Amino acid sequence: MDNKTIIKKVWNYIKPYRILIAFAFLLTFFSVGLTLYIPILVGDAIDCIVVNMFNRKIFSILLRVIICAMAAAGSQWGLAFIYNKITYQVVRDMRNEAFQKIQKLPVAYMDQHMYGDTVSRMITDVDQFSDGLLMGFSQLFTGILTILATIFFMFSMHIGITVLVILLTPLSLFVAQLIAKKTYSRFLDQSRIRGIQTGKVEEMIGNQMVVRAFSREEKNLEEFDTINEALSQCSLKAFFYSSLTNPSTRLINNIVYACVGLCGAYVSIKGMLTLGQLACYLSYANQYTKPFNEISGVVTELQNAIACAGRIFALMEEKEEEEADGYSELVALQGKVDLEHVFFSYEPEQKLIEDLSLHVQKGQKIAIVGPTGCGKTTLINLLMRFYDPVKGSIRLDDLSIQQMKRQQLRNQIGMVLQETWIKTGTVLENITMGRPDATREEVISAAKASYSHSFIKRLPQGYDTLLTENGEALSQGQRQLLCIARVMLCLPPILILDEATSSIDTRTEKKIQQAFQKMMEGRTSFIVAHRLSTIQDADVILVMKDGNVIEQGNHDALLKKNGFYATLYHHATHIEA
Amino acid sequence: MRKLLKFLKPYTKESILGPLFKWIEVLFELCVPLVMANMIDQGIARRNMSYVGKMFLLLVLLAVFGFLASITAQYFAAKAATGFTRDLKHHFYAHIQNLSISQLDEIGSASLVNRMTNDMNQLQSGVNMTLRLVLRSPFVVLGAMCMAFSISVKIAGIFLITIPILSLIVYVIMKMTIPMYRKVQEKLDILLLHTRENLIGMRVLRAFCKEEEEIQHFLDKNQSLTNWQKKVGRISGMLNPLTFMVVNLAIAILIWQGAVEVSIGNLTQGEVIALYNYMSQILVELIKFANLLVLLTKCTASGDRVQAVLDYAPAMKEEIKETSIAKNESGNMVEFRQVTFQYHENAAPALQNISFQIKTGEMVGIIGATGSGKSSLVHLLLRFYDVKKGEIWMDGKNIAAYSLRTLRDKIALCPQKAVVFQGSLRENLLWGNPEATEDEMWRALEDAQIKELVEGKPDGLDFYIEQGGKNLSGGQKQRITIARALLQKAKILILDDSASALDYVTEAKLRKALEKRKGTQTIIMVSQRTLSIQHADQILVLDDGNLVAHGTHDALLESCEVYQEIVQVQKGA
Repeated sequence: MDNKTIIKKVWNYIKPYRILIAFAFLLTFFSVGLTLYIPILVGDAIDCIVVNMFNRKIFSILLRVIICAMAAAGSQWGLAFIYNKITYQVVRDMRNEAFQKIQKLPVAYMDQHMYGDTVSRMITDVDQFSDGLLMGFSQLFTGILTILATIFFMFSMHIGITVLVILLTPLSLFVAQLIAKKTYSRFLDQSRIRGIQTGKVEEMIGNQMVVRAFSREEKNLEEFDTINEALSQCSLKAFFYSSLTNPSTRLINNIVYACVGLCGAYVSIKGMLTLGQLACYLSYANQYTKPFNEISGVVTELQNAIACAGRIFALMEEKEEEEADGYSELVALQGKVDLEHVFFSYEPEQKLIEDLSLHVQKGQKIAIVGPTGCGKTTLINLLMRFYDPVKGSIRLDDLSIQQMKRQQLRNQIGMVLQETWIKTGTVLENITMGRPDATREEVISAAKASYSHSFIKRLPQGYDTLLTENGEALSQGQRQLLCIARVMLCLPPILILDEATSSIDTRTEKKIQQAFQKMMEGRTSFIVAHRLSTIQDADVILVMKDGNVIEQGNHDALLKKNGFYATLYHHATHIEA
Repeated sequence: MRKLLKFLKPYTKESILGPLFKWIEVLFELCVPLVMANMIDQGIARRNMSYVGKMFLLLVLLAVFGFLASITAQYFAAKAATGFTRDLKHHFYAHIQNLSISQLDEIGSASLVNRMTNDMNQLQSGVNMTLRLVLRSPFVVLGAMCMAFSISVKIAGIFLITIPILSLIVYVIMKMTIPMYRKVQEKLDILLLHTRENLIGMRVLRAFCKEEEEIQHFLDKNQSLTNWQKKVGRISGMLNPLTFMVVNLAIAILIWQGAVEVSIGNLTQGEVIALYNYMSQILVELIKFANLLVLLTKCTASGDRVQAVLDYAPAMKEEIKETSIAKNESGNMVEFRQVTFQYHENAAPALQNISFQIKTGEMVGIIGATGSGKSSLVHLLLRFYDVKKGEIWMDGKNIAAYSLRTLRDKIALCPQKAVVFQGSLRENLLWGNPEATEDEMWRALEDAQIKELVEGKPDGLDFYIEQGGKNLSGGQKQRITIARALLQKAKILILDDSASALDYVTEAKLRKALEKRKGTQTIIMVSQRTLSIQHADQILVLDDGNLVAHGTHDALLESCEVYQEIVQVQKGA
């Protein structure tokens, strides 16, 4: 994305405020005009100063100075008010949109990108962008206007000197731009290395228990130091080069100032300029150069802001999931599931699911078994449409799931994942995730059904206990029970249980199994299971190995076949015996 | 914030030279109005053009020297700022690794990450700005005042009154906005947390079709942030206009007084112009200064947040009395003596009055319901937390008498949550033992039942694991963590329910591999399945934080009701 496109996109966000900006522009005129009128008045006042005499006219001039100063101050505050409002609202809109975008990105995007990176785009980059934008607003307009107005006022006093000033100043702009160009790539580098560092920090700080168990603290610190050093080197360069801008432009401005003094003195000696006017000129030369300094400062800041905006827009332009129009009415499905010649792989060169067909009647229980890592969860990714098959179709009640809205599909399916996830919020909020309108009684009965009521009761504030990101207050098993309670509360026609029982003790599990049996009655269910004993009554058992379904059928049929399942089964019963 | 300044110490030279060169630049700058006054009074008034020419050359010279001094200052400032941040980050990171796990739980990892990144960036700019610019401004202001005194003591009185008023304005506004900036940062933190959580829980949120609702929550939180930002902006936006007003009022008085002085011959016109210039210079500097202070307030907020973490004293006491190598005469590798433990002061005990012994070389199983305290027991062994009452002895010594490093080196842990790290598989394995040979790694992979899978990967041991192990399944991650633990040559191996995602066949093979280690390594297996631990020399049965029984499988089957029930359930299923 080049800078032009980025700027265009930024403008789209600012556009809604164009009336406010126009008003701010007017206010800027007013404030700049007054600010610049003050030196003229002061010049007049200085001309009233004469040796051996006190000119009373000076009072009325000075009174005007004070009034102008107050009016200028008022309008300056108004400007700050407006620019603050616009900047923070633009930034708010950007963040909102980025967040909405995240919700529409395919799960694959998140699987392939670091969380830290996405978070840093949404938070840090947007923050830096807002700093740049605010500076741009408050200093760029005013700066340019001040320059133009100063030129105008200077022309009104003396043409020659003014021309000289105008001829000399582009030098300062030129230098500023040269430096900005050199600095930009340094800022990009800095941004990139920072991203890497953030990722590393997230990983290591988030998993301190493991880090400590392995006494990795020192080694980690060493690794961190390597990145830290690289970042520090890169930042040093970025800082130094960007900070050259100010002294360089100041040098040129000071030379301009000296030239104004020289020419002014010459012209005054000739009697074509009063001393008061010269004082005014000198004050202008000072003020005139200030906006140049500011503008060049703003330019560096804007460069950084644009680099940040570029990263945000890159996120916002990621390809979204395609969404079908969906079916207008899709209330309660029966739960018949058909897979026809489904092909799928995460990476084209690594084949995974090949030509899988499966027909599931309403209310059937499908078990998926196989050695660890055989791709069992992939099937769930496909059913939930976290991923779409490369070829083939999946139908629900004879309706293609690809033509449904994802939400329509997912509303029909209840899922408990192997990796439990607890949202920051109360226990109650976590359970009612699928049905926010559920009453407290319903929640409690769902919790009882999933055997979580007893431990919830014992939490400090019971159902209103606040759970945090990592759910530190809960054990792994308790987290899983909560996730089950969530599904218990909504009971959709299809259930997916992905190794849901892996960290629940067997006694609790037994009870959950019973609850599940009840829950599964009349519902189509898919179970990724480890214990062969729990799935013998499944209607269809899919035996997977290396990403392929190598056998399917019910328990007896598979045993008769004497294939892989039979081996697994005998092995298991042998151990269990 | 102030305490952070010690990290500037190694950069004392830079931190002094930076402002020093800035001050040299300022000195040159402060001479300019005097030179101008001379140009007017000596040159213009006496129509002496060659004098004007000389003064012009002097001005140019001042500009060039000012420039040289300035870039030197910039260099030192940048060097000190980046060095400061690098050292601080290093220290911060090291400090986090020293805090106890319960302290980390308390602060929260998202917040730590934010402090490590955003706040550090702010601090870096802050130090750079302070050295470059903030010290410059007061110097200009004071310098201008001194110059004014050198011109006219009477009129300099105006400077003497104006400067405190301006300082007061700056102070009051800072005082008001600093807490507000902190609030803004807090709100930003909340937003960060929300975003992160959404990314991590994406699958579940989508399964429950919560996208819209999450967006709504985000919009609300974001709006609240925006409101605060605008509020601070409105107050800090008053700084420039107020100072502008005050300075111009002072200028008006200055010129009036100047006119009086000139009329009685105490002052020349050129000198009034110089005084006026000095006053204007003060304004320019103050506006710069005020803008910088706004930036700096953000930095102090960041600094405080960083300092707040550094203020946590490591809660874990480490007594390093390594001098006497303890002789383990008891024959017990691990011994719990009436151990009671709770996570928080007011919480119910997670473990209550637990006592047991594990003999060297034994294989011990720990079984119990969810929340019965199995993981807590493991955490205590590794001293992630300290016991509330009682003692834990390991290898002949109270574990509190070991350095944490020595203690943890005795234990190879395979944690309940299978955590692998971004980087190659080899790097991950080397966590267990940095000196492991290729052969040893393959053997560990074989024992962990994942050798075949790795062999199938084109990169083998260099297979690249993405952040959070996203390109691995749960079971694969678990087996990698097992291999990692196996590589560690430790006296004790703890498997904290780490075979839960493995199927029976794989688990059985794993168990067989582990049995070979019996005798040489004390093995503690936490599990939900009786099958996994039934051959253990000793099984500890936990129930609701209590040790209800311990003994062999057969003995427990006879005597322990809880155990019987567990076995019944698993058999019957």
